[in-house]
Formats: sequence, structure tokens, C-alpha cells
Amino acid sequence: MPLSAYLTLAALVFAIGLFGVLTRRNAVGILLGIELMLNAVNINLVAFARFAGDLAGVIFALFTIAITVAEVAVGLAIVIVIFRVRRTVEADHLDLLRG
Amino acid sequence: MSLRVGSAGVAMLVLALPFASFLLLALVRPLRRSAVAAATVSITAMVAAVGAAFWLSWHAGRRVPLQSPSTTWSWIPADGGPMATVGVMVDEISMAMAMLITFVSLMVQIYSWAYLHDEPRASLGRYYAYHSLFAFSMLGLVLSPTFIQMFVFWELVGLCSYLLIGFWYDRPSAARAAVKAFWITKLGDLGFVAGIVMLWAAAGTFDFWDLFRMANLGTLPHAGLPLIMFLIYLGAVGKSAQFPLHVWLPDAMEGPTPVSALIHAATMVTAGVFLVTRAFPLFLLVPGVLTLIAWVGAFTALLAATMACVETDIKRVLAYSTVSQLGYMMAAAGAEAPGAGFNHLLTHGVFKALLFLGAGIVIHVFHTNDIFRMGSLRGLPWLWGPFVIATLALAGVPPLPGFFTKEAILGGVLEARLMVPFAMLALTAFLTAFYMFRVVFLAFFGRGPGDAPAHHHVPGLMSGVCWTLAALSVATGVAMARQVLRSGHHDGAPAWLPAFSLALAGGGIVLAWAMYQRPLIDPARVAGALAPLDWAARRRYGIDAVFTGLYRFVLLAFSRLIGWLDRYVVDGVLNALSALTLRAGDRLRRIQSGLPQDYVYGVALGALVLFVLAQWRLR
Repeated sequence: MPLSAYLTLAALVFAIGLFGVLTRRNAVGILLGIELMLNAVNINLVAFARFAGDLAGVIFALFTIAITVAEVAVGLAIVIVIFRVRRTVEADHLDLLRG
Repeated sequence: MSLRVGSAGVAMLVLALPFASFLLLALVRPLRRSAVAAATVSITAMVAAVGAAFWLSWHAGRRVPLQSPSTTWSWIPADGGPMATVGVMVDEISMAMAMLITFVSLMVQIYSWAYLHDEPRASLGRYYAYHSLFAFSMLGLVLSPTFIQMFVFWELVGLCSYLLIGFWYDRPSAARAAVKAFWITKLGDLGFVAGIVMLWAAAGTFDFWDLFRMANLGTLPHAGLPLIMFLIYLGAVGKSAQFPLHVWLPDAMEGPTPVSALIHAATMVTAGVFLVTRAFPLFLLVPGVLTLIAWVGAFTALLAATMACVETDIKRVLAYSTVSQLGYMMAAAGAEAPGAGFNHLLTHGVFKALLFLGAGIVIHVFHTNDIFRMGSLRGLPWLWGPFVIATLALAGVPPLPGFFTKEAILGGVLEARLMVPFAMLALTAFLTAFYMFRVVFLAFFGRGPGDAPAHHHVPGLMSGVCWTLAALSVATGVAMARQVLRSGHHDGAPAWLPAFSLALAGGGIVLAWAMYQRPLIDPARVAGALAPLDWAARRRYGIDAVFTGLYRFVLLAFSRLIGWLDRYVVDGVLNALSALTLRAGDRLRRIQSGLPQDYVYGVALGALVLFVLAQWRLR
């Protein structure tokens, strides 16, 4: 399969993730959207590594996966704390930073 | 040389004694709160200062004519010699002034102790602190060797005058009079300081001695000098209450009577005459200004004398008389006879102080200032004696000093061929005798409704001070008479002048006697015959009204305009700017919705825009 197929797949996954982030009202759903976007990036990195014959992309992807795990852990912890305090995880209601 | 340094040291001591007393009274609170201690400190310092001043004039001897009488230290250093110096100038006129100031100050401070005995203790302490400060400032003024130092002390005496006129600051009239005196004299001082600075710009020095030397050698630049000397004279106009700035002096009588005696009769108001006398070598270079001084002086003398004739407040009569006599002194200076004017200043200082202190006695007895409500002191010569002696001296009756000094002034004015001023001054001499004896006949020998004075106790301290001054006045007069008799008639003045001035004084006295003692002439009919003059004089010729109008309609209107500009233009611009910032901030605040997804929209949109831009640039 040519490189463009991988890139197209990655772009599709990224777009789906972005759409999720923008439209989901639930905080957990937004986090899932972010996961999709990060995995789209991973697909890009691995595809380029495979086609360029350079392992650097793969190592980058490994790092990204590790960081993503940490991010999800922290993000979900925050969502749980917010739920305890506000009794909701609806993004529309979380506007404490409004100017 | 040692003598010169010595005399400068003693002059510094004369200056330091009242200053030390002032510092003590101002800084040590318990001393000020206790009146006895305050008076003791102040009077002791003055006694020592009198001693030092008299020692100074006794031991200074004859100075070398070409040697500077000044001892100076550099004050503002600059490249090529100091820009300004301070020091003391010990010559004939400053020593004479120092003696007059210290002596009259001492007498007035002693008198005040009895006169103001009912004042609260703390106020008396304040009073003596002001008095010490005044003595220091006035001595500093007369001992100044430079214009700039003189100006500093000039303002200080103005401050003391303000503080002492407003001594009873809870009286609205006294507070107003203090402010009026301050402002009107400041009007003249503006000219003074401008003149000093312009003179410095022209000559490069403030020092009197250097300026005199330049004037003698003719190296003083003549361009602009008339304007400079006129401006300096303006300072004297304000301080010495010359027309048209004389309006503050009668109002200054709101202060305690001893203050009027010291500051507004004997010493401070003569500072202007002293200034013209001190700077006379410079005034000699500008004959036009001198003529102006003579005319203004003579006019002031006559104007004030007419106002004194209709005044019923004893202190205001004396105040107008002071204005009138200051006009006399100025006229003498303007007629190039500053010596005659200065002698009149000295003798006038003694007998005018005495007049005020004597007036203080009658005010103390009758508790009123109105001469028509006084009277019947006929049987008490120890009360009216000093006042009558001083009145005779002021009216110009020999052998009292006023006769000789006034005649010298008339002679000087005649010699300068200033005929109209001479006529005005002669008329003034007649009026002076008239209004002074009007006061004597009404206030002391009248049949006014005043209480029987036997019940009133006049402290011996008060009459003692008065008799001391009276004795000094008589002694001066006798000494002058002996000198005139020994040296014969002084040259220049015509032989008929003494008889003429005596006739003027006698005429005035007789007229006053006929009008107020023996009712041969009805005062109301005289007033009726001179109705327009009487009407105008009672309204002070509208000069006070002019100043009030200037203040109210020019100064206040101008201030209101400036206030409006400040409030609505200066403040308005700033208010508009801050309002604009607030409004803009309020609008911009809305884009911070606080919803995370809105920010993601922003990021996505930004990324899209960047992507499109990058594509567009690559193409």
C-alpha cells in the first residue's frame, strides 16, 4: 500500500477525533476524541518511519503512547474530581474561567 | 582688621540672640506653654541683643571709607566665585537700624507682658516666639550685605507680620486682615524679586558693596536700569504702604496693639524706606525713578493724612498717620535727601511706637477703639503725658525730634525743586497736627461717655515703658536742638522754613483745639463745606473697593476659569481615556467564554488559517 493510504487513514482518524472533541458534551467523550487525534499522529509517525527506513519515528510513537497514557490518567482524575464537586461532567457547564 | 572681624562677630551675635530665643520657644514645648518662661527667654535675649547692638555702634568707630563694611561667606558656590553670599554689613545705617529695632522690640515685649496678661498662657508663648522670630528677621534684613539675603529676610518679616496680625486668628476680621496684608505686600515683592534677578543678570552680583563700587565707577550697565530700579522700588511700595498698595496697613490694626506699635509703625513698614536708603547709590543713577518716588511719597502722605482726619478708630488714625509719615520718608529719598528721610525713620520709629503704646493704654482703660467714646483722662497726666509728647513730636513742635527731621525733609524736597510735592507735604504737615490733636482732644480731654477711669488699673509696666520712650524722644529732640543751635542753620534750606513748618504745626493744633476742645467751629459744618472730600475720604477714596473688585472679579474669575479648565479639560481627557479602556475591556471580556470547546474551535480555526496561508504563500 502506498504511503498516501496511511496518511489518508491518519487524516480521517484525526478529523473524527477533532469532530468528537468539538461536538461531544461529555468530558469523557472529549478525552476519547483527544485519544483518537493522538493515535492519528502515531499512525503518521509509524508510516513515515516504515517508508523512510528510519526507526526514529517508531521511537517517537512509543513515547507518544506513554505520554498519552499519563495524559488519560491525569485527565480522567480531573474529570472525576470535577464530577465530585460539580455533580456533572457536561462541558457546557464547566465555565469557571469565563471572563 | 581685628576690629572689623570683631564687629562682624558682634553683629552675628545680635542676630543670633533672638534666633536662639525663637528656636527655644518653638522647639521646647513646655517653655512655650508657660507664658512666664517664654516671656523671660524672649525678653532676656532682647536685653542682650540691645546691649550687643549698642556696644557695636559704640565700638565700631569710624570705618575706612574705601573698605567694604561687609563680612560675607559664600552661599551658592559657582565657577569663578560664589553666585550668592551671606553675611553681615555693619555700617552707619544698619547699626542705627539695629539699635532702633532691638530697643523698640525690647520695649514692646515688656509692654506686651502687661497688655496681653489676660491671654491664655499658651497663646502668650506663641506670641513671644513670633516676636523673637520677627526681631531676628528684621535684624537680618537691615544687616544684609546682599540683595538676595535681604529678600529672604524681607519675606520672613512679611511672614511674621502675617502671623502677628492674625494672632487672634479666631476673629474673622483679623484672619482676613492678615491674608490681605500678606497678599498686598506680595504684590510688591513680585516686583522686588524680579528686579533683583534682573539686576543680577545685568551686573553679575547681589552684593551691595560691589554694586555701589560699580555705580561709582560707572561700570554698571545703564540699559534697563530704570526698569530694574523701578521693580525694586515696587517691593518698597508694598512693604512701606505707599499708594496704591497702602490698603493693607490700616487693616493690619486688627493685630494686638503692641504688634502694631512694633511691626506696623516702628520697624517693618520702614523696611521699604530702608531699602531705598540702602540702595540709594543705585537709585541715584535713575533720576526718573527718584522723581517718581518723591511724587508717590508726597501723594501718599497727603492722601493718608486726609483719611486720618475722618477716621474714628484711634488705631486706624495712627495707621494712616504711619502711611503718611512713610510717604514723607519716601519723598525725602526721592528728593535725593535719603539722610533726612532716614533720620525721620529713626525718630518716627520711637515716637510712633510710643503713640501706639499710649493708645494701648486708653484702649485698655475704655475697652473701645472709638475716639468719640473715650475722654476724661484730664486728671491723670501719667497716662496722657507720653501720648501728648509723642503727638507733639509727630506734629513737629520743637524741641521734639519730629520738628527737625520733618523740616529737613521739607528742606530737601524744596532744594530738589519739587514744588508740587513740597506743597503736598506742607499741607500734610498741617493736617498731621490737626488729626493728631483731634485724637488727643477727643480721646484724652474729651467729654465722651467713657467710664470714670479711676476704677481701671493701668499696670505700671505699661506706663513705665511709655515714659521711657517719651524720655528717649525728648532726649533725642534736645540733642538735635543743641546740634542745630551749635552749628547754626544748615545750608541749602531757606531761612523761613523752620518758622513755616512751625506755623503749619501750630495752625493744625489750633484748628483741632477750636473744633474739638472749645466748640468754636462746628465739625459738622466743616464736613458739610468739604462734603465731597469728606464723602470720599470716609470711603477711603474707593481704593479698597478697587482692590476688592480686582480680587473678586479678576482674580477669582480667573481662578474659576482655571478651575473649570482643570475640572473639565485636563480631568476630562483622563476620564475619557479611562472610560474608553473600561468599555473596551468589557467588550473584549466576552470572548473568554470559559468553555474548553470554544478554545478548541479557536485552535482549529487558527490552524486552518495557518494552513491556508502556508498553502497560499507556497504557490
